[in-house]
Amino acid sequence: MLEEKLPALKRELIEFASLVESMIQKSIRGLMRKDSALLREVIEQDEPKANAFEIELDEHCTNLIAQYQPIAKDLRTVLMILKMNSDIERMGDHAVNIAESATYLIERTPVKPLLDTPRMAEEVVQMVNGSLCSFINEDARLARSICERDNIVDALAEQILRELITYMSADPSTIERSLHLLDIAGNLERIADLSTNIGEDVIFMVEGRVIKHHKEDEQESAERA
Amino acid sequence: MESPVLAVDHFSAGFDTNQVLKDIDLLIEKNRITAIMGPSGCGKTTLIRCINRMHELIPSARVSGKILLDNEDIFDMDAIIVRRKIGMVFQRPNPFPTMSIYDNVIAGYNLNGIRISKGDRDRIVEESLKKAALWDEVKDALHRRGTFLSGGQQQRLCIARALAMNPEILLLDEPTSALDPKSTAHIEELVVQLKSAVTIIQVTHNIPQAARISDYTAFIYLGELVEFGPTEKLFTVPKDKRTEEYLTGKFG
Amino acid sequence: MKDRTLTRRIVADRIFQVVVVFLSFCSILPMFFILFFISKNGISSISWNFLTRLPAPVGETGGGIANAIVGSALLILLASVVAVPLGILTGIYLAEYRKDKFSYLSRLSVEILMGTPSIVIGIIAYVWVVKPIGSFSALSGGVALGIMMLPVIVMSTEETLKLMPDSLKEASLALGVSYPRTIMKVILPAGLSGIVTGMLLSVARIAGETAPLLFTAFGSPFMAANVFKPVSSLPLTVFNYATSPYPEWHALAWGASFVLLVFVLALNLIAKLGMRKWKVQF
Repeated sequence: MLEEKLPALKRELIEFASLVESMIQKSIRGLMRKDSALLREVIEQDEPKANAFEIELDEHCTNLIAQYQPIAKDLRTVLMILKMNSDIERMGDHAVNIAESATYLIERTPVKPLLDTPRMAEEVVQMVNGSLCSFINEDARLARSICERDNIVDALAEQILRELITYMSADPSTIERSLHLLDIAGNLERIADLSTNIGEDVIFMVEGRVIKHHKEDEQESAERA
Repeated sequence: MESPVLAVDHFSAGFDTNQVLKDIDLLIEKNRITAIMGPSGCGKTTLIRCINRMHELIPSARVSGKILLDNEDIFDMDAIIVRRKIGMVFQRPNPFPTMSIYDNVIAGYNLNGIRISKGDRDRIVEESLKKAALWDEVKDALHRRGTFLSGGQQQRLCIARALAMNPEILLLDEPTSALDPKSTAHIEELVVQLKSAVTIIQVTHNIPQAARISDYTAFIYLGELVEFGPTEKLFTVPKDKRTEEYLTGKFG
Repeated sequence: MKDRTLTRRIVADRIFQVVVVFLSFCSILPMFFILFFISKNGISSISWNFLTRLPAPVGETGGGIANAIVGSALLILLASVVAVPLGILTGIYLAEYRKDKFSYLSRLSVEILMGTPSIVIGIIAYVWVVKPIGSFSALSGGVALGIMMLPVIVMSTEETLKLMPDSLKEASLALGVSYPRTIMKVILPAGLSGIVTGMLLSVARIAGETAPLLFTAFGSPFMAANVFKPVSSLPLTVFNYATSPYPEWHALAWGASFVLLVFVLALNLIAKLGMRKWKVQF
């Protein structure tokens, strides 16, 4: 019955998310250690697994809704799992993009020592991990804090861009490599955005509040008035 | 299907000139819950009454085709034996009004004149009431009349009474339609737990209930088996248009 | 305009109400008169002596209706032996096979029997039992009364069993219990209160029957000892002693009437109360 099926569905999502989390970490590690085998693993083995996960989770959510007609918190939970499923799959796609760009970069001399990129990656991984923890523990406070950290990641991305612009304007031969580095930064930023989506979904699941697109500020000022 | 315990084979049934069931083919898997659903008058109650040969109470009933229990045609067996192997619980709870709770549970043995020792008797009563999730509520009042229980408790008593005979299959004829929502939820939980011990066939016109508890669902309409399959599939991607219309409430 | 018709209707209502209540009261009156009258005249005769001694010879005082009481009891017992098993089984048959041609005939016969005058039944018993045996007897009286009890028992059994919900029968059959056992062990016990009530009411009916006993049991001044010999009974006592020229015997008749009345009243009350108390709830 529903009391067993819903926790099982949550566990399935967490398993999927852990896979994608490891894909992100492996891509960055592969870049830092110049480990092409690791990057190949992400592209050739992990991605098909992730796709299979997404399809199955979709089916399980559909079946659960058809069979048990959940309402209130149960309904919000299933709907949010459905949304998170698609967001996590996209995170996986971004991890694969990172791995592909990394594969190009590690065969060539680096444009500059990598300092900001690993810092940004570290931050992003923490956000991903944090958003998942907030889902597992149904911790709305943690979810809110994740949404705020997106600013840090955005700032780091801008910094990387500005730095790489100087390199590219100084030496045109660095352009292709810089663009790949930018690609990686861009993908990391998108992953961070997706983490905030997950945070927003968790808050809706737990509290029933919509905080997307700063709707919460509007709601609060409306309530105060 | 891995291990069908019951096979309905080209089965038709009717009363006088009225044809109620037309050429039904159905396989019931062991230790699973199969729901039989359909609008009123579609023949679903007639079907399960044929499975334990209760249709024979109506003199004008006639059937054709076979129903095989573990590969033996029930119409070749003694009806009494069939009914001891296939138990039934009815829509309205019907405990025997002159008997105590204890005697109600063991009624199948008493009324049939089957002799068993007092120790066995006590054991069967306790086990059956435990399986029906009623033991804790009545263990100190076993010698009170069964009719003093609430509707939901009476229905669980009837389930215990049927289980005491250790049937292979338990037929449930809309067992919760006469009960309040809380009792209904209890019985649904109970039925799901029971399937590991006995195969269950449940007739219901409550679509969400069929979706919630069953592993397989059969949809019967105007005496025909329209669709049969795993519940997940039938409720998400029904193959027949009529099934889709019934599920979405277009009729019935 | 509306007011006037309204008043007219209210007044009409009231008048109707008063008339109905008054007439109902009138119909209860005879019963109270009977009770009052018989009690007044009969209660003075009641004593321990009266209830335990045999009638005294003409001219002597004292004497009682012990033989009548025992005789009535014997006749009721014999009648029950004849009527109860047969009546219940017939009632079961009629309740189970309602649309059968044979049950239509049976039901018709029972209804005709119910309407047959009691004296005619007495004559039948005379021909069947008294003639072959060669003397009046308690047995013939029992047979006559039994035939009179039969329709009541058949009908009350049939009615009670028809009231049993089908679900009861189905519950038993679904457990693999055979049809005869289902009837005997489940349906009958559940309907027992109705059947017993039917029995009590039929006894109440025949307790006061006199006509058929006139040429079957016949009456006797002695204590009942032999079913093949004549026997006394309360209604016969009333008949014989009330029409006699002796005032002492008139007193006996009043006393016997009183005892009979109390007995029949008690049976009716027990039947009514018992029905309510023992009725099986579904």
